[in-house]
Amino acid sequence: MSTVKWITALALSLIAAAPAAAQGKLNVVTTTEDLAAIAREIGGDRVTVESIARGYQDPHFVEAKPSFILKLQKADLLIVVGRELEIGWLPPLIQQSRNAKVQVGAAGYLDASQRARILDIPTGQVTRAEGDVHPQGNPHYWLDPENGKIVAREIADKLSELRPNDRSVFDQRQAAFAGRIDEAEKRWLAAMQPYKGVKVVTYHRSFPNFAERFGLNVVGYVEPRPGIPPSPQHTLDLINDMKRQMVKVVLVEPYFDLKTPNAIGRETGAEVLVLPPSVGGTKEVTDYFTLFDYDINLLVGALKKVGTAAATK
Amino acid sequence: MRSFAFARGCLAVTILALPRLASAQTPDLAAIQQQIDQLKQQLQALQDQLSKVTSQPPAEPPAAAPPAQAAQAAAEPTATVPPGAEGAGGPSGSLPVYGAGAASSKVFNPDMAVIGDFLGAAGHNTVNPSPAMQMHESEASFQAVVDPYARADFFISFGEEGVDLEEGFVTFPALPGGLLVRAGKMRAAFGKVNTLHNHVIPWADRPVVTANLLNGEDGIDDAGFSVARLIPNPWIFLEATGQVFRGDSGELFTSSKPGDLSYVGHLRGYHDINENTNIDLGASYARGHNASGVVDGTDIGRFITQLGGFDATMRWRPLQRSIYHSFVGRSEVVWSRRQQPQGEQDSTGFYLSGDYQFARRWFTGARYDRSDRADTSALDSGQSLTLTYWPSEFSQIRGQYRRTRYAQTETANEFLFQFQFSIGAHGAHPF
Repeated sequence: MSTVKWITALALSLIAAAPAAAQGKLNVVTTTEDLAAIAREIGGDRVTVESIARGYQDPHFVEAKPSFILKLQKADLLIVVGRELEIGWLPPLIQQSRNAKVQVGAAGYLDASQRARILDIPTGQVTRAEGDVHPQGNPHYWLDPENGKIVAREIADKLSELRPNDRSVFDQRQAAFAGRIDEAEKRWLAAMQPYKGVKVVTYHRSFPNFAERFGLNVVGYVEPRPGIPPSPQHTLDLINDMKRQMVKVVLVEPYFDLKTPNAIGRETGAEVLVLPPSVGGTKEVTDYFTLFDYDINLLVGALKKVGTAAATK
Repeated sequence: MRSFAFARGCLAVTILALPRLASAQTPDLAAIQQQIDQLKQQLQALQDQLSKVTSQPPAEPPAAAPPAQAAQAAAEPTATVPPGAEGAGGPSGSLPVYGAGAASSKVFNPDMAVIGDFLGAAGHNTVNPSPAMQMHESEASFQAVVDPYARADFFISFGEEGVDLEEGFVTFPALPGGLLVRAGKMRAAFGKVNTLHNHVIPWADRPVVTANLLNGEDGIDDAGFSVARLIPNPWIFLEATGQVFRGDSGELFTSSKPGDLSYVGHLRGYHDINENTNIDLGASYARGHNASGVVDGTDIGRFITQLGGFDATMRWRPLQRSIYHSFVGRSEVVWSRRQQPQGEQDSTGFYLSGDYQFARRWFTGARYDRSDRADTSALDSGQSLTLTYWPSEFSQIRGQYRRTRYAQTETANEFLFQFQFSIGAHGAHPF
């Protein structure tokens, strides 16, 4: 935020000091539960947070139900994943929300991807022959705790902009969150260290940031192209490829059908793991920390089981 | 990033200006060609750099700074007047950069898409035959935000011969009082199917009641204003919509005087029964002048058509398997009261449909139709079965078997097939 804006905001808040102090909780709506989890960490008791999509649901294909319009109508802040993840369902909701605060570009609209490390940004010509590609890069960036910290910083800045009086609270909580992430990340990295470079196959391209951070080598996808369901030929090719490369783990997001992954697992002897990419993806994953706890625990367990042979490059 | 746009604009202007500047001098085409080639190379280099910079993770601003400076340095000489052109009545020093504004404002181009609808029919229908094959519709859409207060949506429908503005309206999404106001030409908020474009309805055709009572495929689609407001209550989503139109919707409404407006009112209630299942109910009313009293261009009859409608939709979609299975059950009932020279004609029609998604790319559905005609007491009925396959989210192939019984005498058995395909960025549709 520019200093001018900050000073203006400060001046305005001073003028309106009394009402500002009496303001109720900020009503934050996020598109996904991951953003909701981070917003809760930062906002604490100064905010109420609600997510539109559930963690066990494919965030590309959320239905734009009118009940979500009601949520957006009352929102002070809308936080979106961005990178066109929500393009299929969020625009009509915002448009019908009758809420000037959360329109794209307004003060109460935050695209959390702006400063995060984004992977898979296509270079050269992008066509839909490649399937459902995201021209602005892979939107599953929250699966890197370092990005989690960046998103938390963005949210803290935005909350402070909307509630300048509580700036110190948000800053403090943000610093504490970053500290806890740093602590936990050491643990997570240590747990994954023995398996650095292990080859895995994932269903959709949901895990590039996770793989980059924790040293997984994603060598193939169950989907022939993003958003295109598995074809017999591709599945066969993938099985052969996995046998050749000794790939022993298949990661599947909770919202995909397990039929093809299980068949691949049977053919190749690979472990098929339902790995939630989001908070709320399974009952145990209730916040941003348990998301990594759960996923890494599951992965390490499976990697132990399939043996260290898989860990060789 | 603005400096790049600027630099590119400089280049563009320089390139465009070259021939003219050179013709003021002795024309030396080879030299000019060489210069153009040079500039092209520089432009390419710049574009490469630009794409490199834009594809860099924004998390590292210091890393992005040096290439930016380098690019600027590289761009500078090219923006100056080419050697030889100076001092000959041409400009000197830096060239003005008219192109920069246009180049950078391309990012404001609207989202554009075209959806093709190829329709074929086989079978026997003597009453209302369809062509064996037709490029039924090509819908071009242009959608963008106008300014902080408004957005605009255009849907232009190209038939094989004619062009029609299907919809073109401005929406003010954030007015005080919780109002959502639209102005322009739009499909009226009468029921469900009337609001939907061809590519989002689950059939290759439209229900018989639409054809008989609601002006067929075009529907109630007219120029006017629409105001919608949510009605706050603790239980359900409730939205009231009021619309005023010029009063021209094909055969249904005809306006012969500026005052012959048509009116549409709609009340919609929606409730989530649980996270998988929801119910959507609507009541509609429409009123306008009809054409039955028009003699030699003068509306001597002043006859009115009134329509009432009720629609109900039940949707089921298990959240965790939402991309594989879903069901939509829907019904709409329409009542029409049409004044005409012979007296008042009351007509009723409805359809009942169910569409089930049984795999990620596969849908099947059935529809039952029954409707009086608006101006006579003839009754048409029909049954349809559909099977739809989506090769991807951007295309679909549909087959539909349709049996129609016209006026309880003629029966038509037809097989319809449809390919729909979409290119570009088509905005998401309201639920």
